[in-house]
Amino acid sequence: MSTVHLSQITKQFGKVTAVKNLDLVINEGEFFTFLGPSGCGKTTTLRMIAGFYYPTEGVVKFNEKDMTTVPPEKRNTGMVFQNYALFPHMTVYENVAFGLKVRKISKKETKQRVESVLEKVRLKEYINRQVSQLSGGQQQRVALARALVIEPDILLLDEPLSNLDARLRDEMRAELLRLQREFGITTVYVTHDQVEALTMSDRIAVFNFGECQQVGTPTEIYNKPVNDFVAQFIGETNLLPIIYEKTIDSQRVYRYKETSIYVNESSHNIAKYQETDELYISVRPEAVIISENKIEGNNVFEGVIDLVQFTGESLHLLVKIDDNTTIRVTELNQGIESYKKEGTKVYVQLPENRVRVVPKMKE
Amino acid sequence: MLNAEKRKTIFLLIPVVVILTGYVLYPTFETFLESIKRNGVFSLQNYKDFFGAKSAANFEALWNSIWISLLSVLFSALIGIPLAYIFNRYDFPGRKFFSNIAIMPIVLPSLVGVIAFMFLYGEAGLVPNAIKDIFNLSEVPFSIGGISGILIVHAYTMYPYFYITTSSALNNIDPSMEESALSLGASKFKVFWKVTFPLLTPGIVAASLLVFMVSMASFSAPFLLAGGFRVLSLQIYFSKINGDLEMAATQSVILSIVSISFLLFMRWYQGRKDYRMASKGIGAHRSEVNNPFIKWTMVSIGIIAMIILLLPHATLLVLSLVPDGAWTWQTYPTALGLENFRLLFEDPHIWEPVRNSLFMAFIACLGVLVFGVITSYALVKRSFIGKNLLDILVMIPWALPATVVGMNLILAFNKPSVFSFGNILVGTFWILPLAYFVRFLPLVVRSTNAVLEQLDDSIEEAAQNLGAKWFYTFRRVVIPIILPGVLSGTLLAFVQAVGEFPTSVLLYTLGNRPISIEIMNQLRMFNIGQAAAYGMIQVGLIAIVMFISTRIFGVKADKAL
Repeated sequence: MSTVHLSQITKQFGKVTAVKNLDLVINEGEFFTFLGPSGCGKTTTLRMIAGFYYPTEGVVKFNEKDMTTVPPEKRNTGMVFQNYALFPHMTVYENVAFGLKVRKISKKETKQRVESVLEKVRLKEYINRQVSQLSGGQQQRVALARALVIEPDILLLDEPLSNLDARLRDEMRAELLRLQREFGITTVYVTHDQVEALTMSDRIAVFNFGECQQVGTPTEIYNKPVNDFVAQFIGETNLLPIIYEKTIDSQRVYRYKETSIYVNESSHNIAKYQETDELYISVRPEAVIISENKIEGNNVFEGVIDLVQFTGESLHLLVKIDDNTTIRVTELNQGIESYKKEGTKVYVQLPENRVRVVPKMKE
Repeated sequence: MLNAEKRKTIFLLIPVVVILTGYVLYPTFETFLESIKRNGVFSLQNYKDFFGAKSAANFEALWNSIWISLLSVLFSALIGIPLAYIFNRYDFPGRKFFSNIAIMPIVLPSLVGVIAFMFLYGEAGLVPNAIKDIFNLSEVPFSIGGISGILIVHAYTMYPYFYITTSSALNNIDPSMEESALSLGASKFKVFWKVTFPLLTPGIVAASLLVFMVSMASFSAPFLLAGGFRVLSLQIYFSKINGDLEMAATQSVILSIVSISFLLFMRWYQGRKDYRMASKGIGAHRSEVNNPFIKWTMVSIGIIAMIILLLPHATLLVLSLVPDGAWTWQTYPTALGLENFRLLFEDPHIWEPVRNSLFMAFIACLGVLVFGVITSYALVKRSFIGKNLLDILVMIPWALPATVVGMNLILAFNKPSVFSFGNILVGTFWILPLAYFVRFLPLVVRSTNAVLEQLDDSIEEAAQNLGAKWFYTFRRVVIPIILPGVLSGTLLAFVQAVGEFPTSVLLYTLGNRPISIEIMNQLRMFNIGQAAAYGMIQVGLIAIVMFISTRIFGVKADKAL
């Protein structure tokens, strides 16, 4: 088991910079997720940890050992690929035993370890099958077993669930987490799926344009995004452009068009920004208060319900507050008589303790 | 360690570059040198002679080669494309069977095929004479020979290129495209011309280029059928036989220029951005034919096509059963028996050419297998500067007509050179295996490329990640996965090498005389039966190889081309 230190990592492919000035520490035993849209540099970073790419600049360390240019076969990492990369000409047993065979482990021990890991991923009865005869989820678990059996210092998972259907994905998510906890292994997980990231990770690093935007626990990332990109990428949010006006007592006042917006002066509600930054107010749909009756207090808009989407557990409402601005509101399903109708005039409030002021992401 | 990867690449490239330089580039260059010499001194006289009025024959041969090739493309397309459309788009009794028969011409080695055609449709052929006797005519109603003969043989042997490319293009078209055109109100006719046909064009163009090149290079058909008619590939042979190496070199250079331009054009054409979309899970899309009249018309077309396609094979079989002397002046053979095959397996003198061919093809293919895999791996899985150039260099022996490959080797190795370790190879046993090696290397590289491109890079990375070094990964993961495809490509190269005629006729010696040369000898002595028996051995070998490829390696027969 290891910690991973990435310091001042830059990776260029020709003229394209895939990763820029990355500094990260991944702690021992941690489930750490790289989250970001495609092409953001998350997979490139993972491959630099695995050793398939060498950074153009910077240092990769496992514990205190410099691994920057150590070839992949000498790193003792276990990687699960997006397409699983199982060896098609081998059986389940041979696939899992491959890494042990390379390490010249005795036949007896190999057998024992393969059987034990297959038991852990619940595939023991498939041990002699050809991998092509397995379903997607089973192949996934073989790939995982193959990576785990070598007792890697770090487990690397490259979008491992993206090829599975929704139901299986849920199942495998729980399974993965159970195995990770059981083995207590430092894990780096790459995904573009925010739900996966939020539900599984100890900590998340959000990437965009080759740069790490924010590192934090799932609740930090969701509740205290550092900029508009993070706010928008993780979960849903309403973003309105605002300008700083003044500070009164324990609140700052911003202006959105003609309306003043009051925000509590706290690190929860205001992200760090510089004076020159463009600012947005971010408010999650579930934080918005909506009512057909006039609401007293600050940050209230009047609008008309443009669209109602029923998702079962909740209702998504799009409230049009002026010609080109709609606010998305989520209400829990409170029974059929509480449903609002399209076209109804309503009031929405952005509570001053639930909004967050964020600067625009620097490119 | 950044250089570890580069070191591996260089390590792989050294043998590739050495061999390609030594046996492809250097011989081509030697031919060029020879062509600009007259009596040992530099001169452009050869080229002046080629295009000049003094030897109109050469220019005429070039011109003949070109128009014969254009007509071959036309006829092959006219047979191959409709046949592919009917067999892939309509369902009628026996469809599957007929579509398997449709690629049978591939199973006939070119020299043997031409012989079968001569005895089938020639002046003394079975079909014209049978018609003459049945209808009591005084003369045979028709016979092939000369230009018509070459064209018919070409159409027969080359239409599978069109048939196969069109079939695979048709099967790759997502039926929903045509269905959406129909649902938008287009008539069936319009859908064909506006949707289906444009999607087939890239395949048809590729097949046309291929057939043109193959036809320019064609040797056996003109050799046996041309009579006084001149084509360029044959002119080279005659120049060489007459001892005019300089003129032979000049003709080779001219033919090389045509072929290599086509190769480059073809690469450019296939490398363009392709607008065909890959849709997932395309199902077979055949309309069932319900109208009984049309249905039975199609079945009849299938049966007639099948008879025509298999007649040469049947003829060859019959010929191989004719004992020596049983069919000389008579219209029909007077006796049939297994005499020829008995002699073949019992008389060591008659068996010798078969042994020679098998042995030489085996050596060549062993080299092709090892070297082809290394080359292909470097081309597909490694990145380096000059990759494109190397790729072209590998394909040159494929683009060059066999006659030219033969000439190049003669001119390079009729004197000691570094690449022959200071020996003169011409006139020795080794020149023929070398020729087969050079000729069939591109075939194996191509089939290996195809399987290696299918192999996702992550497979190798996974092995590496699990701790395997590069060579271990290559041996235990890459090779086992690609082996079926590689072996089926190599086996195909093997059977072609066994039947190879054009380079053999230029390079053979008495000691290593291969099957094809012995077939010609037997033919000259009017021992048709023995010649056909040799041919049957080749057909049998090809059939076995096809069977192994499809059944054991699971590689589709049409992929073999």
